[in-house]
Amino acid sequence: MTTALSIQDLRKVYGNGFEALKGISLEVQQGDFFALLGPNGAGKSTTLGIVSSLVNKSSGKVSVFGHDIDTQLAQAKQCLGVVPQEFNFNPFEKVLDIVVTQAGYYGIARAQATERAERYLRKLGLWDKRNERARMLSGGMKRRLMIARALVHEPRLLILDEPTAGVDIELRRSMWDFLTEINAAGTTIILTTHYLEEAESLCRNIAIIDHGTIIQNTNMKALLQKLDTETFILDIKDDFAELPLLEGYVIRSRDAHTLEVDVPKAQGLNGLFQHLATQGLEVTSMRNKSNRLEELFVSLVDKNLNQENA
Amino acid sequence: MNTRLLWIAFVTIVVKEIRRFTRIWVQTLLPPAITMTLYFIIFGNLIGSRIGEMGGFDYMEYIVPGLIMMSVITNSYGNVVSSFFGTKFQRNIEELLVSPVPDWIILAGYVIGGASRGLMVGFIVTLLSLFFTDLQIHHLFITITVVILTAILFSLGGFINAVYARTFDDIAIVPTFILTPLTYLGGVFYSIQLLPSFWQGVSQLNPILYMVNSFRYGILGVSDIDIGFAFAMIIGFIVLLGSYALHLLKTGKGIRE
Repeated sequence: MTTALSIQDLRKVYGNGFEALKGISLEVQQGDFFALLGPNGAGKSTTLGIVSSLVNKSSGKVSVFGHDIDTQLAQAKQCLGVVPQEFNFNPFEKVLDIVVTQAGYYGIARAQATERAERYLRKLGLWDKRNERARMLSGGMKRRLMIARALVHEPRLLILDEPTAGVDIELRRSMWDFLTEINAAGTTIILTTHYLEEAESLCRNIAIIDHGTIIQNTNMKALLQKLDTETFILDIKDDFAELPLLEGYVIRSRDAHTLEVDVPKAQGLNGLFQHLATQGLEVTSMRNKSNRLEELFVSLVDKNLNQENA
Repeated sequence: MNTRLLWIAFVTIVVKEIRRFTRIWVQTLLPPAITMTLYFIIFGNLIGSRIGEMGGFDYMEYIVPGLIMMSVITNSYGNVVSSFFGTKFQRNIEELLVSPVPDWIILAGYVIGGASRGLMVGFIVTLLSLFFTDLQIHHLFITITVVILTAILFSLGGFINAVYARTFDDIAIVPTFILTPLTYLGGVFYSIQLLPSFWQGVSQLNPILYMVNSFRYGILGVSDIDIGFAFAMIIGFIVLLGSYALHLLKTGKGIRE
């Protein structure tokens, strides 16, 4: 299988002495939908900045589809599309001009650039806004404009740095569908996000970066299996007078008809429901207290922090 | 990138730059036209008629080449410094940095964009000057070559200023405190032959003097300086500033972290 992105022993020390990356290594395979997660300031944006030539590395090797950014930078860039975290287009330019101009930077002739711009602006629901100045767009439209701009040269690897930040849930889900579609069509995607539900539902592989080091790099399913306890919220039909006794489960009450239960993976949910039924409690609905990946993420980052402090 | 792709990328940057300054023509093309018309009326007509001849020509004829050159210099410089700094400030320079466009094409695109504005303003001022004097071009090749080279040189200067600039104040310092005094003292309004010999020597340290006089030579056929030396100096400065601007782009000064 072809490696879409290879990072070896990448280090970055900023001018003020801050060591943002402490020698990270990472591989993303062609066709993958890869999540790069980490708390604020962990080194995600620095990593992606180096890959996309916006940040100079201190040392290490980066190659995109086999093209080393030190020796074959133009070829590496040709394979790469970047959707940054901050809006970085000229707000006084028209939507269509922004996308067509970007295509020109990749050597795409105007007629073909206009055709491609129309295709992506239509797909992202921006074609009606093509003659508007970019500053007149809503936040969600601006994000979609950056995606259209990044796709106009049809890159093999698309990097999305928090593409759905500040986007409402309906729009976020339509963006997920779009990203899934282009990934299925063959575009490798690397995503950073603070919405862990987004990473869990979209991505097949994951790396978690914290304080400039990779603390986890694995398959999403394998990572989620590491979660040995999940916390569920249960809505009970009738008010319970006192907290029911459920052997093997840690249980808390939120109010007179809502329970919060820690369920060890070994115990499973069937036993929990049997216990509740024997005590005459009928469950009307159930949900996870938090996203599974979120629980793992928090525990891994906390563990890393404790190790560093120790 | 092959030659065709490089050409498309270059044309894209130049077209974007030209569209930028023509879109805001009220800020970019109109003010120099008004200012230079006032110069023609006040210095050329009203005061010039009392001054009499300068270098064997009536005063209006004498100052027209200098005023055209002054417009070219300030507008070439001003276009690139404000456009490239704006691009940095709004971070849309990242659109170029993530693309495979080589540094020299980025530089060439911005410089030709800036030179285009300088030459367009120069052309407008030349047309306006025809309302005040009959312009006879003595040496067409020298006139055109020197004005193009000067526009390129000051576009490069504007680019370097923009790379170093961190605030909007930084893009105003050089034009206000260096470029304007050097232009006014660069023989636009007078022949340095009028100065005492010491000040003639000092004036010869001013590079703008050579550009103004070369251009005046192209139009009127008179100059205070040696034209061959002036050309060598302009080309030398272009090579020097061009190399330095490329070095800044390569190292990412002011544009990459």
